[in-house]
Amino acid sequence: MTPEDLAARLRRSFDDVLLARGEVTLTVDRERLLDALRTLRDEDDFRCTFLSDLSCTDWPGRDPRVWMAYHLRSPERNLRVRVKAGLPEEDLRVASAVEVFPAAEWQEREVFDLFGVVFDGHPDLRRVLMPDDWEGHPLRKDHPLGGVPTQYKGATVPPPDQRGL
Amino acid sequence: MAERIPEGIDGAEVGRGTTAQRLREDLLVVNMGPQHPSTHGVLRLLLTLDGESVVDLKPIVGYLHTGIEKNTEYRTWQQGVTFVTRADYLSPFFNELAYCLSVERLLGIEVPPRAEAIRVLVCELNRIASHLVWLATTGLELGAVSMMLYGFRERERLLDIFELFSGLRMNHAYIRIGGLVMDLPEDAEDGIRAYLGELPRRFDEYEALLTGNPIWRERNRGVGILDAATAESIGVTGPMLRSAGVARDVRKDEPYCGYERYDFEVPTRTEADCFARYEIRLAEMRESVRICEQVLDAMPGGPVMIEDPKLRWPARLSVGPDGIGNSEEYVRHIMEDSMEALINHFKLVTQGIRVPAGEVYTPVESPRGELGYYVVSDGGIRPYRVRVRDPSFCNLPALPEMARGRLMADVVAAVASADPVMGGVDR
Repeated sequence: MTPEDLAARLRRSFDDVLLARGEVTLTVDRERLLDALRTLRDEDDFRCTFLSDLSCTDWPGRDPRVWMAYHLRSPERNLRVRVKAGLPEEDLRVASAVEVFPAAEWQEREVFDLFGVVFDGHPDLRRVLMPDDWEGHPLRKDHPLGGVPTQYKGATVPPPDQRGL
Repeated sequence: MAERIPEGIDGAEVGRGTTAQRLREDLLVVNMGPQHPSTHGVLRLLLTLDGESVVDLKPIVGYLHTGIEKNTEYRTWQQGVTFVTRADYLSPFFNELAYCLSVERLLGIEVPPRAEAIRVLVCELNRIASHLVWLATTGLELGAVSMMLYGFRERERLLDIFELFSGLRMNHAYIRIGGLVMDLPEDAEDGIRAYLGELPRRFDEYEALLTGNPIWRERNRGVGILDAATAESIGVTGPMLRSAGVARDVRKDEPYCGYERYDFEVPTRTEADCFARYEIRLAEMRESVRICEQVLDAMPGGPVMIEDPKLRWPARLSVGPDGIGNSEEYVRHIMEDSMEALINHFKLVTQGIRVPAGEVYTPVESPRGELGYYVVSDGGIRPYRVRVRDPSFCNLPALPEMARGRLMADVVAAVASADPVMGGVDR
């Protein structure tokens, strides 16, 4: 199936389907996200059985603030689809996709860790890359690249002239 | 579990509830890593052991997190290459390629045929280098120490070749947006051909050394089994998935860079164990040699960078005695001949290029599986978001499945067969 055919087929079931640069993007409300993922996984026209990638982009000052992006792959039909869902700033939550795609487990942990998105129903939602007691979510746009005070835990830093260097 | 407690010399004293009894019945939690010779870098495994057998295993990562994705958002599009090449440090060319392909798709440009062919060439050489390191370190971990010396010996020659044309042994930043930073030097093709001609004999030697070796077989066969359905649902790709009989390879399924023009096989096995992965990686190296030879035979001429002066990297580079740098001729051109050339150079180097708004996801087949770059642009001079779908990260959750119920010593073989590179896992 070509991306054009896929987009046409998806438009029969979904409202917001975009075909750009040879990639098909399906945008759904976050409440319908899991349904959409299941449809894409199970329906015979799609058979997107493989979750390639799960991530998001942060757009502070806009609504929705965070756009989740799920990249699905159908080895049988040789397709790729991107599913997107927007999350409002005051409520960065979305249902966990782990029950549909177990591959989402670590990738959702990473999004939680670096963006602070909470995945409802995730079996083990812990930080994965940053230390457990880290404060903040470093990949958010309002988190600075540098100049962040080092987060010492229980340790103190003596003034430079007393460090005995 | 009680019946497994050996009869003590003073069995009467080892009653229920004494410290000795509890010690024998308790599960032991052991930290393997993050500094451990067999965890391929700073991978930490939290093992729950019942004697020698593994009850549970939890991979803990993040010790090498360097914020590569965040860094790219603060640099120009061209500078992004120098960051992503440092993610998975054993497959730098693949990271550069996937990033550049993504940006080129956003820009809507196509690179010259010669650049495309050389990209395939360096990536396949890189696949051989990466698999050689895998073979060497796995040999070391499983007691075949001589393999370590041979693997690194051959890889060293490859690094020399990389240095010859990029000026650097690792983190090359050789593949750039719009093509390559510079063409292969004149003597490079002969050097690569000579090396490729030698390799199959070396592979025969490795197989003679390992394939029939009873210790090697014992340590690998039937160990670290991961069936196809589980692997796929966890998101495993690459040799790990192919060892379970799934012939999935981005180069075949969704060809990029003209892979459809080359004749090569995707090796698979059905045993789904460490030994199958060993056989697959050796077979893949042989296939990579075939691809490289085909690329060299059909190497097109012409430029290696697009012509568009508003997009192409302005400098003419050359490899000097101290590495890569601006060629003297080019410096003379912008400093003495042409004011416009100097302005153009200054603008492109300091401000960078603008990339139309949009988003793309580009997968390539790295030595460890599907390496995908999800690149988002808001139309500015910097990437808005660069997300790396790293196969090492996505393959790691399979470790518990491979190790549970097995012996502690098999964990080493299972981790080795997954070939995780922590630079890629943690980014």
